[in-house]
Amino acid sequence: MTLWRRQILAIIRIDLAKTFLAKRGLWIYLLAFAPLLPLVGHWMFGRGNMANDQLGDDVQAFAVIFQFFYLRIAVFFGCVGIFMNLFRGEMLDKSLHYYMLAPIRREVLVVGKFLSGMSAALVIFCGSVVVQWFGIFPHHGTQLFSSFMTSGPGLSHLMSYLLAAALACIGYGSVFLWAGLRYRNPLIPAAILLVWEGLNGILPAVLKKVSIIYWLKSICPVSLPTPPGTKGNIWSLLVFDIDPAPAGVAAINLLLLAAFVIVAAALRARRLEISYAAD
Amino acid sequence: MSSEIVFDNISKFYGEILGVNKINLSIPPGITSLVGPNGSGKTTLMNLAAGLLRPTRGTVEICGLSPNDPEHFFRIAGYATQYDGFPKGLTGYQFVHAYLRLFGFSPADTERMAWEAIERVGLLEAAPRKVAGYSKGMRQRIKLAQAIAHKPKVLILDEPLNGLDPLARAETIAVFRQLGQEGSHVLISSHILHEVDLISDQVVMMSQGYVVAEGQIRGVRDEISDQPMQILIRCDRPEYLAARLFDKDQVVEAKLHADRQGLLVRTRSAESFYKLLNHIALNGVCIESIAPADDDAQSVYEYLIGNSGETK
Repeated sequence: MTLWRRQILAIIRIDLAKTFLAKRGLWIYLLAFAPLLPLVGHWMFGRGNMANDQLGDDVQAFAVIFQFFYLRIAVFFGCVGIFMNLFRGEMLDKSLHYYMLAPIRREVLVVGKFLSGMSAALVIFCGSVVVQWFGIFPHHGTQLFSSFMTSGPGLSHLMSYLLAAALACIGYGSVFLWAGLRYRNPLIPAAILLVWEGLNGILPAVLKKVSIIYWLKSICPVSLPTPPGTKGNIWSLLVFDIDPAPAGVAAINLLLLAAFVIVAAALRARRLEISYAAD
Repeated sequence: MSSEIVFDNISKFYGEILGVNKINLSIPPGITSLVGPNGSGKTTLMNLAAGLLRPTRGTVEICGLSPNDPEHFFRIAGYATQYDGFPKGLTGYQFVHAYLRLFGFSPADTERMAWEAIERVGLLEAAPRKVAGYSKGMRQRIKLAQAIAHKPKVLILDEPLNGLDPLARAETIAVFRQLGQEGSHVLISSHILHEVDLISDQVVMMSQGYVVAEGQIRGVRDEISDQPMQILIRCDRPEYLAARLFDKDQVVEAKLHADRQGLLVRTRSAESFYKLLNHIALNGVCIESIAPADDDAQSVYEYLIGNSGETK
């Protein structure tokens, strides 16, 4: 195995333990698995009212939770917590210099740290999608659920949601990793991105595409209809009233964005100085 | 390939604040101490040497390698910083082992080298415990273990003796000496000046971002011509000797030592004073010993930087 691959594996080993086992990362798990609460409630109360409980309603409910809460809140803030800490957190702990004193290129360090953050984010957030999926649908009965998954659109929906969650982790993660390297207080650029992504619903069509959420929405398998009477009011901020791009194009664009941002982060890392007093 | 640490016209500014300015140094192998008061630029110079900071001007090379080439540079260099931060949740062994893995050694070699380094700093028993529970001295030693684990030719140590108890201090100094004898560079910053005398082959004295003196301590002392040299003479008749010396041109001052068993003389010319002393000794004074009293780092430091400059 080449040296840089061994180094990346070593970085992943060091960082994964910190990400998965850190007490200060507990809120990320809570955020990732928060959608289970309404889903469990729905499952419990829906059992008593099976006649009115349609599988199609659950498909819609899952889409609403996924698009409005999971992508915009859970994955977004989860990635803030995971990826910003990769560099900025170690600067605050005054332990980043140990990496800088090893025979490792800064570019390899950035890639290694991104991969470690990505691994943690994928396990947590894609894992949560699977748990949510199996939390909401099986109460319709084994036969219907099995049929939904094998003969119906269930499996392809699940794959699309997993792809969207994974690309959200990669897209947001790359941006937050760069921000953690570039800014002393990376929460400010994160807040700006949050506002920009939040305003997506009311932006002109061209500007909608200058966002991550637009491309993620394009991958989601279920389009949410605009509720009547929401045009121009606060609810329109949450509505994706757009023509989605093909899922393949959306996925490639998000991967290209992540690659571009990681290159920018690597260039930044090459000039990085360790001066904790200034941080 | 050069075997020296070379700072070539190095300057570092933090915005408008001077870190170090126009440093030109060529440090040969052996133990070299950096001394100077707070803010004199010692840590900045060490961080520049290790590539943690980028110079505003100039270049640094260690044994012909630049810190901008970390893949090769950190094969031969190790640095224990004064930063007291550690990755959370790791034991002493895991800390040394985890970062040693970045060097790409085989798992067996990595494990062996980690244990060897830990043994060398005397932390075998504490190695399985979390670093967070270590005392200041133990944290210093585990940092030293991490810095020497890959057996570097050049070791840079920022205040490595801080927080060590006397026994650990002696053991750590012995490690430095051993490394120096093995032909390694050991660049140390220290504020404990009598230990600088004890461990250093040469010193670099800094003040306000500039190098004010460099070389072997005695050589540096010899160059300070505006301060008369102090010589302690142990003899059987110090009062008589003092009386004989008072009217001599070479002698600036002569005073009895506190124990009244010797005489402390200040002279502008040590060489001519020794000739004079030989002459007096032939006339009935029994001289037991003659030793320079101010060619130690503390005295040289005070002459150059002043008493007011509290060392870091």
